[in-house]
Amino acid sequence: MGMFDFLKVKKNTASIAKDRLRIIIAQERSAFGGPDYLPLLRRELLEVIRKYVNVDVDAVKVDLVKEGDHDMLDISVSLPDRASAA
Amino acid sequence: MAEIIVVTSGKGGVGKTTTSASLACGLARHGKKVCVIDFDVGLRNLDLIMGCERRVVYDFVNVIHGEATLRQSLIKDKRFDNLFVLAASQTRDKDALTKEGVQKVLDDLAADGFEYIVCDSPAGIEKGAFLAMYFADQAVVVVNPEVSSVRDSDRILGLLASKTRRAENGERVKEFLLLTRYSPARVEGGEMLSINDVEEVLGLKTIGVIPESGDVLNASNKGEPVILDMESPAGQAYDDAVARLMGETRPMRFTQIEKKGFFTKLFGG
Repeated sequence: MGMFDFLKVKKNTASIAKDRLRIIIAQERSAFGGPDYLPLLRRELLEVIRKYVNVDVDAVKVDLVKEGDHDMLDISVSLPDRASAA
Repeated sequence: MAEIIVVTSGKGGVGKTTTSASLACGLARHGKKVCVIDFDVGLRNLDLIMGCERRVVYDFVNVIHGEATLRQSLIKDKRFDNLFVLAASQTRDKDALTKEGVQKVLDDLAADGFEYIVCDSPAGIEKGAFLAMYFADQAVVVVNPEVSSVRDSDRILGLLASKTRRAENGERVKEFLLLTRYSPARVEGGEMLSINDVEEVLGLKTIGVIPESGDVLNASNKGEPVILDMESPAGQAYDDAVARLMGETRPMRFTQIEKKGFFTKLFGG
């Protein structure tokens, strides 16, 4: 460190860049490389669930998650609160 | 068997043509019989970087359409007897290149004893870029240490893994990272992604790091690929990259800050 270095305000923008890239690339890889059946799978799941519970259109989320060497299908369903349940 | 190398990036302006020209010259300097092909139909530029722009008579599209023979269209380099350039056409017809046509040219080159075929890809992910990579055995992905270039390169990696002949046969295209416009000082200052950062984000191994250098512009001004300027760090870095491409192991150079001067030594560092 030089004796005048304290005058400079250092922002580490490279690490911000790296973090942003990690996130966006992971997202794009799963969207681009993911199987085409995901949207249809989501729609059909929604139909089945709706037979039993009255859920919103966006209550079912289907994602392909990469974990090491294998892919994992991550399905999450958010149920309505009891008051509004049919 | 000819080794087909695509030089690609996704993003424009990162140094694909500069890299293609230098790799081709470097391989030729090692005595290999090399052809470098410009796939950027409509925006021909490899001829300028190679310094043979006034000797283009027939081009890639002429060969594919049967308007000229391959022999007539290959431009022999003035510096190396074993180096040839196939220029892109200036036509605006986007469908001028066909998969079958490209395959025929590549097969004919291989039959003619060419050992390396360097395919200079256009930017983007359109047909020209697709055809440049389709038959490749190896891919040199040119990246600037900058967010948009890194992101676009990742898209290209996705295509290399799915839309190439090798991918269709269940094989992989050998992919390498070539970083251009690298500035060790800015990396040290935390202003620029480091080699490790880019390698980590893209999951690629680096075959070369070309330092930011005014020599690159000087080289293109003259039409002499920068690898021929062995005084220049950029030229030497390309020479290293070519050696690595041919299987040699060489340590990375020009990736650390240069030795500090007297003044900096006195006040810190």
